[in-house]
Amino acid sequence: MRDSWKMHPVTQLFLARFREFIRQPEAVFWSYVFPLVMMIALGLAFRSEPLEAISIAVQEGPGAETLISLLKKEPSFVVSGGSAEECRRQLRAGQSELIVVVEPSVGQIAAGLPDYQYVFDPTRPGSVHARNMADDVLQRAAGRQDILNTSDQEVTEPGSRYIDFLVPGLIGMGLMGGGVWGVGFAIVDMRIRQLLKRFMGTPMKKPHFIIAMIFSRMVFMVPEIVIVLIVSRLLFGVKNHGSYATVALLIVLGAFEFAGIGLLIACRARTLEAVSGLMNLAMVPMWIGSGIFFSAKRFPEFVQPVVDLLPLTPLIAALRHVMQEGAGLLLILPELAIICIWGVVTFVVALKLFRWE
Amino acid sequence: MTHAIECRQLTKVWPGNPPVEAVRGIDLVIEQGLCFGVLGPNGAGKTTTIEICEGLLTATSGEALVLGKSWNVQASEIREQIGISLQESRLSEKLSVLETLTLFRSFYRNGLDPKEVIARVSLQEKMHASIKSLSGGQRQRVSVATALVGNPRLLFLDEPTTGLDPQSRRELWRIITDFREGGGTVLLTTHYMDEAERLCDRVAIFDRGRILAEDSPRKLIADLGVEHVVEFSVAYTKDHHDREQPAETFGSGLPGVISARMESGHRCLSVREPHVAIPALLGLISEQQLQLTSLTTRQASLEDVFVHYAGRSLNDSGQEGVSA
Repeated sequence: MRDSWKMHPVTQLFLARFREFIRQPEAVFWSYVFPLVMMIALGLAFRSEPLEAISIAVQEGPGAETLISLLKKEPSFVVSGGSAEECRRQLRAGQSELIVVVEPSVGQIAAGLPDYQYVFDPTRPGSVHARNMADDVLQRAAGRQDILNTSDQEVTEPGSRYIDFLVPGLIGMGLMGGGVWGVGFAIVDMRIRQLLKRFMGTPMKKPHFIIAMIFSRMVFMVPEIVIVLIVSRLLFGVKNHGSYATVALLIVLGAFEFAGIGLLIACRARTLEAVSGLMNLAMVPMWIGSGIFFSAKRFPEFVQPVVDLLPLTPLIAALRHVMQEGAGLLLILPELAIICIWGVVTFVVALKLFRWE
Repeated sequence: MTHAIECRQLTKVWPGNPPVEAVRGIDLVIEQGLCFGVLGPNGAGKTTTIEICEGLLTATSGEALVLGKSWNVQASEIREQIGISLQESRLSEKLSVLETLTLFRSFYRNGLDPKEVIARVSLQEKMHASIKSLSGGQRQRVSVATALVGNPRLLFLDEPTTGLDPQSRRELWRIITDFREGGGTVLLTTHYMDEAERLCDRVAIFDRGRILAEDSPRKLIADLGVEHVVEFSVAYTKDHHDREQPAETFGSGLPGVISARMESGHRCLSVREPHVAIPALLGLISEQQLQLTSLTTRQASLEDVFVHYAGRSLNDSGQEGVSA
């Protein structure tokens, strides 16, 4: 009886987990629907559209009227006039990106032309953009000649939009959440019910149990990821520019990595409260730092080594390389190495530290 | 033949402030083929001792050999040969009876067919029902079935019938008796003295981490030299209601009476010859102008053995006791 694979403890433990999972319809629903809702909401919020109109405030004073009519010639500008105080308020509130003030002419360069002062916030990309646009318009109106011959080619094709960037991030986030929550809660629940202790009273091998936990989690993750990929393709036209085999490999390794981390987090916790706290402690740095919603490269140079070694960062980076840029297996080897090290190390450490009773 | 269990100077101290000595030097030898009962109130060290024997806890000092093997060197061989039902483990609610037993079966090299075990615990009709849908007694039978499915030589049952209705208790007793008649050894803990008297070939009475007495139930009761217990209560007549209650030892020294004591609010006399003692008691009561408000007699039981050795009744142990 033992000879057949069906009666192998790993198979039976896997089947038990699998049956418990599919017999909880609400758990299945949420683990598959949540990532979808997230993707659709963010995809709609950040859909790629041309920059909106640029609001410019002109401070009242001599020459303000002329300035307003000058600026209004540029169709993407929305120009309003107001007192110094009103203009400042609008800038602070984000209702305008730039204040232009007409200054008494010092008239050193060209007599008869007014001097302008730009008031803007250099930390706001929109503000900087508005300043440069307004400056161009005003300089040209005053007679500046552009010397170089330039031409624009506009690129908004699939692969370079925010949604194309976002989907790999969400897949990584789903793998992290599924692994950590799924494995962590299941283990602590079994510990509370004294089921782990009961298993310890049988000849069951500990690695068999742990392998089954990790493997079952990997299997639950596959449909979740496939659904996200299909819906993102149908709804937003997100394409995978790399090979599906490589994406599949990354998903399997990512699921393994985070199941291992979930196992480690839950390896000693005795209550659901304790394990929830530990899970959040582990996941928050990755939610923020690993580049789910924005590139992890935005963090200052000195934190990059830390960010790069977080378990989620290499997974998302590798998924983006493959899906957005069509990178092959060789190009993502460093990321794969970090993912595998996390998976193996957490598995071994968790097995050592695991509290069964 | 090797002993089923052999404990030598077993102790278990839980670290803490102050440390708790759950087991304080227990020597216990259990022969194969017996049903052995570990009795005592809650907190007596029963579960700690049994879990050391099950290999789930390690002793602070001393050693527990199971089927002649040591947990330190032959743990997996012992586990192949024992079956365990824990006091408080809850199986997965979403799995069916058959799925649960198939899972446990897969852990053992040599075991029984799960369906055969389901028949042995009379749950054929519930084979495909989820654990969630079972009653307390049925769940307990599944728990015992998970212990039987590895075809053990030694079965550990920790409080197998606590909280069950009489019919479920009898059903479990039948399963235990069947197993023992098939040549297996059973070690069970209970705080029901009637269960122990009925099922066990030998019992050890535990209290506060020590063994107070160990023998067959019949021998333990006989050794008390007491065959009957007379329980009674008295009150004063209206004219004398302001008098003090008689002493706790009221009735001692009467012919045929061995000892007198208060037990859970009742006056109890240990009596060798009720037909001599009861008339004498009635005489004393009327002589002291008291009124008899209740009188019952019963056979001496393990309960009385516990009282004899522990100096207090089971229910006075300071812990809540679940009554049968």
